[in-house]
Amino acid sequence: MSIDMSQFHQVFFEECFEGLEAMESGLLTLDMGDIDSEIINTIFRGAHSIKGGSGTFGFTVVAEYTHIMETLLDEMRDGRRKVTQPAVDVLLGSVDCLREMLTAIQNERNVNNASVAKHKKALEVVLNGGSMAEEPALPVEQEFASEEDSVNVAPDIVEEESVELGEQGWKIAFCPYLDLLKTGNDPVRLFRELNELGELTTTVNIQDVPGFYELDPEECNISWDLKVVGDISGDEIREIFNWVEGDCEMEIQPLAKAVKLPPVVKKIDPEPAAVIIPDNPAPKSVEVKPKVAETKKSESQDSDNEAAKTTAKASSIRVDTDKIDTLINMVGEVVITQSMLGLVGENFSMDKVGQLKRGLAQLERHTRDLQQSVMNIRMLPISFVFSRFPRLVHDISSKLDKKIVLKLVGENTEVDKAVVELINDPLVHLIRNSLDHGIEMPADRVAAGKPETGTIELKAYHRGGHIVIEIIDDGRGLDKDKLLSKAIEKGLVEENNLLTEKQIFELIFMPGFSTAEQLTDISGRGVGMDVVRRNIQSLGGNIEIISELGKGTTIAIHLPLTLAILDGQSVAVGDETYIVPLVSIIESINITERMLNKVAGKGETFRLRNEYLPVIRMRGIFNVHSGNPTKSKEGVLVVVEGQGELCCLLVDELLGQQQVVIKSLEANYRRVEGVSGATILGDGSVALILDVPGLVRFSIR
Amino acid sequence: MAQEAENKDIDQYHYSRNLDNAVQYLSFALGKEEYGVDILRVQEIRSWEPVSRIPNVPCYEKGVVNLRGSIVPILDLRERFNLSKAEYTPLTVVVVLQTGDSNKTRIMGVVVDSVSDVISVDKTEIQSAPDFGTKVSNEFINGLVSVNERMVMLLDVDKLLKLEEFDQDES
Repeated sequence: MSIDMSQFHQVFFEECFEGLEAMESGLLTLDMGDIDSEIINTIFRGAHSIKGGSGTFGFTVVAEYTHIMETLLDEMRDGRRKVTQPAVDVLLGSVDCLREMLTAIQNERNVNNASVAKHKKALEVVLNGGSMAEEPALPVEQEFASEEDSVNVAPDIVEEESVELGEQGWKIAFCPYLDLLKTGNDPVRLFRELNELGELTTTVNIQDVPGFYELDPEECNISWDLKVVGDISGDEIREIFNWVEGDCEMEIQPLAKAVKLPPVVKKIDPEPAAVIIPDNPAPKSVEVKPKVAETKKSESQDSDNEAAKTTAKASSIRVDTDKIDTLINMVGEVVITQSMLGLVGENFSMDKVGQLKRGLAQLERHTRDLQQSVMNIRMLPISFVFSRFPRLVHDISSKLDKKIVLKLVGENTEVDKAVVELINDPLVHLIRNSLDHGIEMPADRVAAGKPETGTIELKAYHRGGHIVIEIIDDGRGLDKDKLLSKAIEKGLVEENNLLTEKQIFELIFMPGFSTAEQLTDISGRGVGMDVVRRNIQSLGGNIEIISELGKGTTIAIHLPLTLAILDGQSVAVGDETYIVPLVSIIESINITERMLNKVAGKGETFRLRNEYLPVIRMRGIFNVHSGNPTKSKEGVLVVVEGQGELCCLLVDELLGQQQVVIKSLEANYRRVEGVSGATILGDGSVALILDVPGLVRFSIR
Repeated sequence: MAQEAENKDIDQYHYSRNLDNAVQYLSFALGKEEYGVDILRVQEIRSWEPVSRIPNVPCYEKGVVNLRGSIVPILDLRERFNLSKAEYTPLTVVVVLQTGDSNKTRIMGVVVDSVSDVISVDKTEIQSAPDFGTKVSNEFINGLVSVNERMVMLLDVDKLLKLEEFDQDES
């Protein structure tokens, strides 16, 4: 009967986090003046499915918490409550709190009870306070009515105060849907099971029962208030109700220390409730409403006590079914081609060569398509990363008292999953920088003749084999002179060095370089710009800055589309073959020795259209001695761009272009300078892929 | 009856004792010397095939090969131990070894002259390696054992495959 629920946990958490994201973005787009009920519905749905899911999996802490959120949202949805900024802020806080709780549960850590209680309190304040202030006509009871749904208790029972302090047990409000009986569930059986656990008191509410003539005997019109007394764990109770989970409204609360109840006034006086007393009758029915914070505690302790199970952490990816279908089609094509080739090979004669060639061409095309569709599966829209930023901007701008709008452009641009995962932290850092240092205070902006509201634009697009992500702000821009003087002061730059504008901007990537006069908690901690650059370089990308003082700053990040395959140009150096990434090649030139200019007897330069470019001799830098050395008198110069600078690689010969699958050298070996990875060539041998920026750095030393 | 059971117990005792103490080593030759590595670390034995050279690394790191899709470095043990170089012939053998800790395993190939045998060694018979002084580095040698009057040096695979500058590179 018991299914191992933990196998579904991963999916549950993923769905929860998705739900939270939807809620968050919904809350951020809520416009105070004009409430779009569709948005509230979206938020509500998110909360509801988290509540449902967490209930199913026994994460009661989460379920209870979400329940309160849901109550609030429900009132907003029905128009019973106005949507106010404070309420939205509290809800946003709750989303964070939920995320924390879920992460804690996922990692099998203890939930931070204090922070949960704090957020819960805030929610309740909004729930009570807001409701009272705006709808004074409605009594506080409203909250309880919606919270406990249709649990209607006769007032005289409610008013009775509990005298039994510290009574152990559970209070269950059980309100089945009309069709509970049709699903084959019999409430009586549930009660019997409950009765086995402890002393059970049942209170029936029959005010919903229609008149005799309208009565459908197959419908369940009654609801129950149950009380079980005894030392019973919440899980035991929930297990009993497991089967009717989807068919009823239910609330399980522990009977804790009795607390004075708020006065409950019913608008509609319910019909007198019938009391069914089971086999062993309880002396009296006592209604207890424990303090919520206490509930919280005992519940979370429950979850704390659960033995920590180790769940294998598997990363998963959601793929569009369309993509899978294309993939399956491609596989089908490949299988057909393969069988066709098999047929050709079976009785091979020379006159079938044409057929064979055609087949091979087809196979090549299909493999390429197949490869592309497989790569496509790993591609995710960049909105996975971008969607978190509206919240970040919202929070930080309100903290800094700045007015900032965030524009997202090109959210559907697809990038490799690995890139999506790794680009987040650098982007957060860059956006925080723009928010804190880039955009000025509203007053300063107005004084500078700019609109009061600053704009940060986050833009993603494809260019060549790259994806470009730009962060554009219209803030104060970078002050070149200040940067330079700071760099000189710190001894990073010689005083008389002439630096280009670009080089000056590059200074901010130096470790330990900061122009901020004071550190704030928004920037000035966490990863520095040097780490940002290192992260981006480790992804095979680069970062550049364009800035104009007073006008704004644009930071552009160039990243390879995928980390698994690249277009390469194979070059020969001696007997060895190396791969140069095609994206970094600008052009290739046939040269002879005479065309190179020696500099101070050591380095060499090549003059390309009035520009002197440094030359790196691949033979020299990689100590290649094989092959015909006389050949190096003439060779091919491959002009490459690494880290924004041009440089020439002198190789013996260009071999051909091909797509190569990147294999890690580090898996079994180690990092090699000037080499970013390796690949396997058609003949099964290994060729190294050149890391152009690394090579440039290496050659300078 | 009781006697029989006792005998059986003794047999089992001997048997399990042997199992506990016996370790199998793969022995191979480098010149006239014989070495052994823990057979559980041996993934496979291959013939020598040309490698792709890696630039600017110590000369005993011969290069990398494609081993069914993964890139595997090949070390020359003769050069690693500063023995005289030998020509690679079709009989030259590459022993592919596994190393690493629980969270990450690496595979690497070592070039040896020839693979000789699988030897069972009683743990208690392993002698600790004497100090050879500075001439021969005995940091890789776990111990010595004699098999049929020949001395076999047992190598510590993890130390052997620990690449120099590796940790520096990563830090």
